[in-house]
Formats: sequence, C-alpha cells, structure tokens
Amino acid sequence: MSFISYLINGISLGSVYAIIALGYTMVYGIAKMLNFAHGDVIMVGGFAVFTIVSTYGLPPALGILVAVVICTVLGIVIERVAYKPLRNAASPLAVLITAIGVSYLLQNVALLIFGANTKSFTSVVSIPPLKLAEGKLMISGETIVTIISGIIVMICLTLFVNKTKAGQAMLAVSEDKGAAQLMGINVNGTIALTFAIGSALAAVAGVLLCSSYPSLTPYTGAMPGIKAFVAAVFGGIGSIPGAMIGGILLGIIEILGKAYISSQMADAIVFAVLIVVLLVKPTGILGKNIQEKV
Amino acid sequence: MGKMNSKLKFSKTTKSNMITYLIVAVAFVAVKILLAGGHMSSLMEGLLVPLCIYVMLAVSLNLTVGILGELSLGHAGFMCVGAFAGAFFSKCMKGAMPDGLRFLIAMVIGAAVAGAFGILIGIPVLRLKGDYLAIVTLAFGEIIKNLVNVLYIGRDGEGFHFSMKDSISLHLGEDGEVLINGAQGITGTPHDASFTVGIILILISLFVILNLINSRDGRAIMSIRDNRIAAESVGINITKYKLMAFSISAAIAGVAGVLYAHNLSTLTALPKNFGYNMSIMILVYVVLGGIGNIRGSIISAVILTLLPELLRGLSDYRMLIYAVILIVMMLFNWSPKAIDWKERVREKYFSGWKGRKGAAGQVSEGVLSKGKGGK
Repeated sequence: MSFISYLINGISLGSVYAIIALGYTMVYGIAKMLNFAHGDVIMVGGFAVFTIVSTYGLPPALGILVAVVICTVLGIVIERVAYKPLRNAASPLAVLITAIGVSYLLQNVALLIFGANTKSFTSVVSIPPLKLAEGKLMISGETIVTIISGIIVMICLTLFVNKTKAGQAMLAVSEDKGAAQLMGINVNGTIALTFAIGSALAAVAGVLLCSSYPSLTPYTGAMPGIKAFVAAVFGGIGSIPGAMIGGILLGIIEILGKAYISSQMADAIVFAVLIVVLLVKPTGILGKNIQEKV
Repeated sequence: MGKMNSKLKFSKTTKSNMITYLIVAVAFVAVKILLAGGHMSSLMEGLLVPLCIYVMLAVSLNLTVGILGELSLGHAGFMCVGAFAGAFFSKCMKGAMPDGLRFLIAMVIGAAVAGAFGILIGIPVLRLKGDYLAIVTLAFGEIIKNLVNVLYIGRDGEGFHFSMKDSISLHLGEDGEVLINGAQGITGTPHDASFTVGIILILISLFVILNLINSRDGRAIMSIRDNRIAAESVGINITKYKLMAFSISAAIAGVAGVLYAHNLSTLTALPKNFGYNMSIMILVYVVLGGIGNIRGSIISAVILTLLPELLRGLSDYRMLIYAVILIVMMLFNWSPKAIDWKERVREKYFSGWKGRKGAAGQVSEGVLSKGKGGK
C-alpha cells in the first residue's frame, strides 16, 4: 500500500515538474535558450499568493489570479529587457549567463523584500483528503488538485498549440525563425507570448508546489526549476508531450528514490538521471535528432 | 622572441604576462607593508586568504569559460573535492610529518583528486555543448556536494572504515576516530593557510594557465572554442584538448579548496560554500573581468571581494549588486546593438587609438566568433 501512496505522491510532484518543464521546453523550443530564471518566477508566484492570502487575508482565488498576472508581466519584462538584446549575440553563452544573472537578481530582490526566514505557506486547497482502502491509503486534497491541474494544463496547452493561430505561429517560429518572419508572423510578439505563457504556468506551478510543500523562501524556486529542466531534457527538449512525460517520470523517480534509496541522495538521483539520459539518448524520450551541418 | 642575440626583447604576450605577475607581486608587497605598519584592520586581514582563494577560482574558471569556451556551473564542486581530499590527508597525517611538507602534499593530493574528478566528469560532459554542458556541470557539482554530505570515514587500529549511512555504522574500535563525519564534515583541520602561501599558489596557477594559453596546446584549445568543426577538420583531437583544459581548471580549483580547508578549523559542504551559488559567484568574477582575460579575473575578484567589505552599508546588497553586474556586463559587452554603439563611440572620440588592442583583447574577442562557426 505504501508503494501506491508513494507512486501517487510521485505523480503529484511530477505534475508540478511537468507544468514547470512546459515553460522551459516552450521557451527553449522557440528562443533556443535555457531560461534559468524560470525557477525563480515560480518563487515570485508563491510569494505573490503568500502576500495576498496570508498578509492581506484575501481569498485564495484572487491570490492565484494576481500571481498569474504578476508572473506573466514579469516574464514579458525579463524577455524584453534581458534576453531580447542578446538574441543575436555571437556567443550562445551570453544569454545563458544573463539568464543566470536574472535568476540571481530575482532571488536577491525577494531576499531583501521578504527576508531569509522560511514562510509557512497556507495551502490554497480546501478539499478534504480522500481515504481509500479502509483508510490505509490517504490522498491529500493538494495531491488531487495538483494532478487534476496538471492534466487540465496539459490538455489546454496541447489544444492551444495545435488548434489556434497563435499556437501554430509558435510552432513555426520554433521551426525556422527566418521563414516564419517571411510568412508574416510577428516573431518578437510570438516569443513574448511564449514567455508570457511559460511564466503564467510557472505561477500556477508555484501555487501548487507551495501548497504541497508549504515552506517558502527566496530559494524555493531554484531547485524545482533545475529539476524541471532535467525533466524537459528527459522528455526531449522542445517537445510539449515530452515535457509532460519527463516531468511525471522524474517526479516518480524522485519520490521512490527518496523512499527506497536515501532521502539525502534524492537530488543526486535526479541529476544522475539527467546524466544517464544525456549520455544514452541526448535528445530525450521524444526529442528529434538534429544533424549538425557545417 | 626567436632571435638569440636580442635577449631583452620580449614578445607582446610575454610582456603582458609579466605585467600580470608584476601586479600580483606588487599587491603582495603592498599588503605586507600595510600589515607591518599595522594599517590593516583584523577584518581585512581575515579576508586576505579568501581573496587568494577567489582569485585562484576565478582564474581557473576563466580557463574553462574564456579559453575553452564552455560554461561550467560546477566549479565549486571541484573546489569541494579538493578541499575534502586535502583536509582528509592533513587530518590523517597530523603530527606524522613536518607541517610544511604535509601541507604541500595535501595540496598536491587536492589538485590530483580534483583533476581526476575533472577528467572523470569531463569524459561524459564534454561530449555535450552549451546549455547542456552548463546544466550537467551544475548537476555534477550538486551530486558531489550531496555525496560528501553522506560520506563517513573513520579510522581505528584495524585501518579505515567507510560508510554512507552514519558514524555508528562505521563499527569503529575503541581507539577509533571519525575523520569525515557526514554533514558535520571534517573538524580540526590544521590552520596552515597564510597570505604568503596564497600568493605563491596564485603565481603558480597563473604560470600554468598563461603558459598553457601561449603554448601549442593552448592554441589548439582556443581553436576548438572559435570553431569546433574547423578545428576537428585540421586534425585537432577535440576530446583530448577539452579534457586537458577542463582538468587543469579543476585541479587549480582543487588547490584553492585545499587552501580553503586549511584556513578554517571546520570543513562542511554547505550550499553557501560549495553550492551552486559559489559557482555563480566565481562566474561573476570571470564575467566582470572579461571572459578570456586572465588579468581581468584577478582584478575583478579582488574588487568584488573587497568592495562590499569596504562599504559596510552595502553588505546586505552584495548579492544584488553581483546580479546587476552580471546582467549589465553581459548586455553591454555582448548585445549587437551595444557593440555597434561602442564601435561608433570609439570612431568618434578615439579614432587615433587604433593600436590600443592588446593580447588580452584578442583573447576575449575570440569568444565572440563562437556562434558564427556553428551556423
């Protein structure tokens, strides 16, 4: 019975990773850059909800809405100010280092505003835990909400990318920026839209993550952010279904590793997965193999 | 150089390197004079050894980022390996041999172990490129920190005992002693580090790196950075040279770690000292000093360490300042628009300064052409 409960927790954590990984993979697919600050946008979302719900005592729904708006705006601003000027920089390292700088900046601004103390996050979920098998298997409300939100986000995003014009524009830009521009697609607008969607998803992930693991510090987002990147690579970077599969698998691996191998080594296990994936199949589970041209 | 009869005529790079050594030597003398005159506060005195450590880390990371052209985010991990290897040796051999010799061997061991880890990690990692390489080095750095935190080593009459669980499962005899105590790390490392040793180590690191850059091997490494495919097609062994640069960089970080370990009585692997943040801090030094510019790394490491301490009011904002520096420097130096703007300003106001680009300038500009080759 404990195995099933670990499995469900793993899927729940994996859903959060999947939502974060979607942001990573979309941005990577379109801007060909690793948005290191993505994890810290999660933290910003968490603090936005925390401030509104715990400090001002307003309803959680409003908190989530405000968090999504703040993170969306933040995502667009980051892209405009820090990444866009470097889009055509000669070295791919330039934008990566800038992204690390942005990540660091967000952490330290949060540190100055909210302090280094751990804030205890009040869960936004008020569903009672589900008891199965005569009380032996208990699934918390947070877990149920996280898994359901994960599924909804994945369905909506798949529909958006495949059925709407803006989604098709995204696919086109990620395929070939130049050709997309020639076809009359607003490339800058599409990239900004991708960052906006990714950041909005990060806000949702932040709320879900903090509801399940209710401690909030300025560094809360960093580790899940990096792990979600691992998930994105695992599933095949640039691929939306890949990010979902990768996220959920990684969540399960982490929780099972914590339970059966060593709780202190959980992070190391996750990173070992990344290294093995990159060595065996660098393109990930669903990634495309791109030949290098001279 | 070349000609035998003109001994005093040095090439441009030799002159540039001499200036770098001279800066370090002058700084050493200046600090010694200040110390002798009692003009240095105890706070500043305490900063001298960390300063040497940061300089070594910055210079060695610059070898990976600037000369090899790959972003490593796990540099603190190599420092961690070196620190623990060196401190472990020192703790084992405490009293068994003269202090100076023991410290020297500890440093050699730290360098060797960190260098070996560099090769071990480099073999899989260096097959990757750009973002992937950065994230995998980050992952390795975290794994090393994680492993050190669950490592227990003890010693008794029968020899060494290892465990990955806790100190009790070492099953030590009555005369046993726990040497590495998991998350509590190593306690009681002898305090051997001094400013003089630090400066000597900096000079040795500089000697190794500057000579490597100006050697045939160094040129091969830079050619890989500038255009990997072209380098490969003229018969340069990519893996060999990448590993060479990566492991030398790791070994120097390892020595810096040994110095770090022997400057504190307790050595623990925390996110603060050996984590991702430390790796980023070193990267900030490299970026501010100029990617590929060794002398710049030294100067920026010194400035960024001393500045927040000198302006005490700013110490809360230290990390924030680092972040802003990182972003602004990158935007200013790498954005095509900013480069155009700088070019225009140079033409307008400094048009007479055509020959003002030294050897260091050429090195950092080489990085710029990296992306062009791949397209």
